[in-house]
Amino acid sequence: MTTRGRRDEGDAGDTRDEARRSEAAVDSETTVAMSANNRALRDALGPYFGEFGGRFVPEALIAALDDLTAAWEKARTDPEFTDRLAALHRDYTGRPSPITEVPRFAAHAGGVRVLLKREDLNHTGSHKINNVLGQALLTQLVGKRRVIAETGAGQHGVATATAAALFGLECTIYMGAEDTRRQALNVARMRLLGAEVVPVETGSQTLKDAINEAFRDWVANVETTNYVFGTVAGPHPFPTLVRDLQKIIGEEARGQVLERIGRLPDVAIACVGGGSNAMGLFHAFLDDPVRLIGCEAAGDGVETGRHAATITAGAPGVLHGARSYLLQDADGQTIESHSISAGLDYPGVGPEHSWLSSIGRAEYRPVSDAEAMDAFRLLCRTEGIIPAIESAHALAGALRLGNEIVGDAPAGTDPAETVLLVSLSGRGDKDVATAASWFDLVDENDLIEKGTS
Amino acid sequence: MTEAIASRTARAIDAARAEGRAALVVYLPVGYPDVDTSIAAAKAAVDAGADIVELGLPYSDPGMDGPVIQAAVQAALDAGTRTADVLRAVREVAATGAPTLVMTYYNPVHHYGVAAFAADLADAGGAGLITPDLIPDEAGEWIAAADRYGLDKVFLVAPSSTTERLHLTAAASRGFVYAASTMGVTGARVSVGERAEALVAATRSAGAERVCVGLGVSTGEHAREVAGYADGVIVGSALVRTLQRSDGDIEAALADLQGLTRDLASGVRAARGAPAPQDLDQAGSVGSA
Repeated sequence: MTTRGRRDEGDAGDTRDEARRSEAAVDSETTVAMSANNRALRDALGPYFGEFGGRFVPEALIAALDDLTAAWEKARTDPEFTDRLAALHRDYTGRPSPITEVPRFAAHAGGVRVLLKREDLNHTGSHKINNVLGQALLTQLVGKRRVIAETGAGQHGVATATAAALFGLECTIYMGAEDTRRQALNVARMRLLGAEVVPVETGSQTLKDAINEAFRDWVANVETTNYVFGTVAGPHPFPTLVRDLQKIIGEEARGQVLERIGRLPDVAIACVGGGSNAMGLFHAFLDDPVRLIGCEAAGDGVETGRHAATITAGAPGVLHGARSYLLQDADGQTIESHSISAGLDYPGVGPEHSWLSSIGRAEYRPVSDAEAMDAFRLLCRTEGIIPAIESAHALAGALRLGNEIVGDAPAGTDPAETVLLVSLSGRGDKDVATAASWFDLVDENDLIEKGTS
Repeated sequence: MTEAIASRTARAIDAARAEGRAALVVYLPVGYPDVDTSIAAAKAAVDAGADIVELGLPYSDPGMDGPVIQAAVQAALDAGTRTADVLRAVREVAATGAPTLVMTYYNPVHHYGVAAFAADLADAGGAGLITPDLIPDEAGEWIAAADRYGLDKVFLVAPSSTTERLHLTAAASRGFVYAASTMGVTGARVSVGERAEALVAATRSAGAERVCVGLGVSTGEHAREVAGYADGVIVGSALVRTLQRSDGDIEAALADLQGLTRDLASGVRAARGAPAPQDLDQAGSVGSA
């Protein structure tokens, strides 16, 4: 809070008009936001983030949400809980995840420096494990023996099934029937881990319908069951709880970048579906002079209507328990989203992101399927890292932003003075079939046989 | 409850009470199987003894509904049912004289504009809203609009509600308080939840003057049982099911709907020895309607 005016460490002075303009705008607006409640942005606790958030759920769930809120309030500062969680992060997940500088990739981003936060190296292959270990511990704490979860691509379902196996909890995963076909291997993974996977045949048969079905299960079984929500959306306390469990991403990365380059990054970039890895990355930087950029899935392009760019193209509404940006039609009916990335294929977004967008603290940009897949291939070929297609949206955002910054900089500016920190939220093993099909790398029939055998 | 504004719904419940019985509240989603048939079905239910009508506003994400209503509202949306159709249905059904409420998830109202929706609902003759995913804590805008336009605010209580929340919900409601009989979603069940009776008593102790019970009521026998302790009996899925006909025979569907409604109407009268519905024509002149 003492360094609002300019980036504080190692700044090169007079550079990059556009970045400065936007930074100045961020500073003035965050100052307003902060003076309004006299607190740092990082301290936002919910249930409301500005006009977003809340609890738009049946009364039947309120008691359980109150219990969970109280349990989390107690656990988050209880050394017994935090020590156990830290040990799990270290010994089970393999944290801290490293940061990796990717110069051959960054050469395509105008020559700025790009650092990746390697959540792909976590056990189970994505940032999702950070959240589920905390929520599984919390489930034990509130004395429940069964967990349920929704999943889109299957990453959160796999992570939840993993934690349930580790903690000896009964586990049911709801997954849209359409997604169980698109991600058959992840269904097998969850079943190997002992979870029951329920294909959801209602509505659009995708993630939003899986969430509806999980809520229906929870209403009926709330006395024995905890709902391990996968992202920073949903009713309070989930946006706060999941953010608190994911903020380790940004806290680690902030320290790692400071250690590596002696200053903060200029920009932090992450993909946004519901927004848990982005919120996890952004949180540590909310009160720093660091630009925050969320990359939403633009599918075939925002102008086609076939996309999942909720903040870019949606309007405030209520879905799955919170008021936030939402893709909806003229009558407030939810519009089905579209993205090549199942993990971003969601018509809503976490309320804290809607708030950060509304106060100008974070920017949200659309990235199309085609841009994401180009970035996916580029990282594979330049750095030997196969990213999740979700994360490839952040990589594409970094490529575009790097070129913008360099293009707008005065002549003679060294592009390498700009440092972008990108959340590589997951690895791409699960996406090999999708990528092979996109790039026409194998015979389609072989792929179908392998996918279903 | 806020009683400064006269509630037609409360009056209808009081009229039933004066007859020594519970009120029969029926739910039907607008647009299933099509808008005109859903209007005809609601009118047919009123003819067969329903006291109060809940018209469902079809929504893409009906998180508190079971399979029967999910399928019906999805079919209604697939057939192009719009919010404007719901307001037209309210106008036509309210013309029967039965208080006509709209049961809706919050987002369609939020998106329409809460004050604008309240104004148009009142203009259509609607009695108010039942809001399954809107708790009083989040309902400031709707409560202000409902008070301005004299509409009922029906909030829900559940077996998990604390005493404090029962007080809050009873105080915020007008018309009646909707007691969810069980922890779960809508749908016919073999029996009505055992916790319903205790919930009704607790809700009354918390200040509610009228408590109606829904979720799981599907037969005249259920209705009789619930009418023994509640002010109203709410039936949805079982009625919607009578409209599910693969042969598309609307006349037969409406006949089945009326048959079940009569059965339910007998049930709400049987509990406390009120006259059976077949005697209604004779009893009507001396009733308090």
